Amino acid sequence: MDSAPVLEVRNLHTHFFLRRGVVKAVDGVTFSLKRGEVLGLVGESGCGKSLTALSILRLLPQEAARTVEGQVLLDGEDLLAKSAGEMRQVRGQRIAMILQDPQTSLNPVFSIGNQLHEALARRLDEGGRSLRERAVDVLRQVRLAAPEQRIGQYPHELSGGMKQRVVGAIAISCAPEVMIADEPTTALDVTIQLQYLDLLKELQTSLGMGILFITHDFGVVAHMCDRVAVMYAGRIVETGPVREIFDNPVHPYTQALIASVPKLRRKAGRLRAIDGQPPALSDLPAGCRFADRCPHAEARCRERYPKAVSVGESHTASCWLAA
Amino acid sequence: MQRYILQRLVQGVILLVVVTSIVFFIGRMTGNPVDMMLPEDATEEDRQDMIKRLKLEGTIMDQFGVFIVDAVQGDLGTSIRYRQPATDIFFSRLPNTLAMIPPAMILAIAMAIPLGILSALRRGGIIDRISATIAVLGISTPNFWLGIVLIYLFSVTWGWLPSSRMGGPLNYIMPTITLGTFLVAGFMRLIRSSMLETLDSEFVKLARIKGVSETAIVWKHCLRNALIPVLSLWGVFMGGLVTGAIVTETVFAWPGIGRLTYEAVIFRDYPLLQAVIIMDAIFILFINLLVDILYAYVDPRIRFE
Repeated sequence: MDSAPVLEVRNLHTHFFLRRGVVKAVDGVTFSLKRGEVLGLVGESGCGKSLTALSILRLLPQEAARTVEGQVLLDGEDLLAKSAGEMRQVRGQRIAMILQDPQTSLNPVFSIGNQLHEALARRLDEGGRSLRERAVDVLRQVRLAAPEQRIGQYPHELSGGMKQRVVGAIAISCAPEVMIADEPTTALDVTIQLQYLDLLKELQTSLGMGILFITHDFGVVAHMCDRVAVMYAGRIVETGPVREIFDNPVHPYTQALIASVPKLRRKAGRLRAIDGQPPALSDLPAGCRFADRCPHAEARCRERYPKAVSVGESHTASCWLAA
Repeated sequence: MQRYILQRLVQGVILLVVVTSIVFFIGRMTGNPVDMMLPEDATEEDRQDMIKRLKLEGTIMDQFGVFIVDAVQGDLGTSIRYRQPATDIFFSRLPNTLAMIPPAMILAIAMAIPLGILSALRRGGIIDRISATIAVLGISTPNFWLGIVLIYLFSVTWGWLPSSRMGGPLNYIMPTITLGTFLVAGFMRLIRSSMLETLDSEFVKLARIKGVSETAIVWKHCLRNALIPVLSLWGVFMGGLVTGAIVTETVFAWPGIGRLTYEAVIFRDYPLLQAVIIMDAIFILFINLLVDILYAYVDPRIRFE
């Protein structure tokens, strides 16, 4: 697990330029993902997790959104410096992504086989197998029952869990180095969430890819991830190994997040919610963005943004109180 | 599939019976046809003769019964003016109208698909604005006015195009434009909005993630989805095309079904009018059945159960 990073994101800034002002949705995100590692990117809705993922792939949702600063290094090559054509070679082949909702992420009017072929056809097969054989094979890898029949079927004929397996099959069809999974189980039934997570874990081990796992669910993080990056209002506030973050969270936001997760073995009481709202991304404070909701905030917290400091082995946090 | 078609055919027959009754009874509400058609100095003998010839004996319900029995056997009455079976006249004129519809459709599709797609891709751009203007003009311009203006400019003022009747390919230009304009406008706006919707969808995002080229995303992933609502509009527009043909053919003295309808109204040839309207209804029902079958090919989610 101690290999060079396959994906490094450095000081990434993606802003929306709207008539009413600049919304700094991703504002200085830095993290790295090692080969064969699962990094959890955790944070509440609207903190910039998904936009970070789309910035890496350079598939920003609107023309108003632009990555204005930073680097995205894949094996040391800066993706932000690539041409549109080169970038298309990266997508699907070297970085794959699984979207949240399997109900909408497959095209309803094309067969499963057709949509898999599009992904498979981009890489020549060493064994000289036909597209169909490869499609069946990749569906078998994601443990979809009766793959030979599935390739002729259309998305509406499959259940949500089966569709998400197909999306997984599309993602691994070119053996990518990095897979981004954007809340891949949020839209699935609780009963099949765990199965899907185990499948991803298994694929990750057999293919050796790094996974950037976006979620807001600490339970899923504990199950899936090796390391966690906690994101708040467009920035990473704390990074570290999963155990470290759970046992010894340093940033007050991380502490609050973990405290708000229901625990099975503890006496049921009211869950602790975090008071207040995240700051408006169009009008960010100069200091720590969590200061207004932080129970320990001091004067210096509101004046300047705290630098990331090391608080343990490969564990860093951006908090004045940790320094 | 066969069951579905059969079901639709049964529905079609029911609808046809409804249309036939409406046409028949509304035709009678305008007055007794015999009184209207006989010259003022007609004798009682003439009168009885005409009643017999037009099968107008007995009560109105009796007449309707006779009409239905004949209609089922393919006899929709005899034209008063032409003194021929109305269906024969209809079928002799049908090819002329059918010759005009495909060019109008092709014009509409050839303009609407590219312009609709380009407007969606460059929303707010120059093409989008120009095509929005074309759409507004196209929808708000009445056919008859457009036809007359075209004749005034291209036939009367410049003498480039023949003003009326069938003939060479040049004769098709103005009727095609007149008939096709309102189709262009409707199709273009619909393609634009459904393209915008699909371009924004998650499956397009996933296709981009897969590394599919923008060309394939637009022409394969989006267009196929965007065409589904267009197809249903097409079925509706075919009805509009029939009524549009009445005006267009009248303006250009085009010997088709539209002009036949107009003539039937003007000369109070009510058996012919009934026949033409019933045949039009059959035509529109048939087109809509075709649209429903085409649906299944475009959208696999629609299955005929």
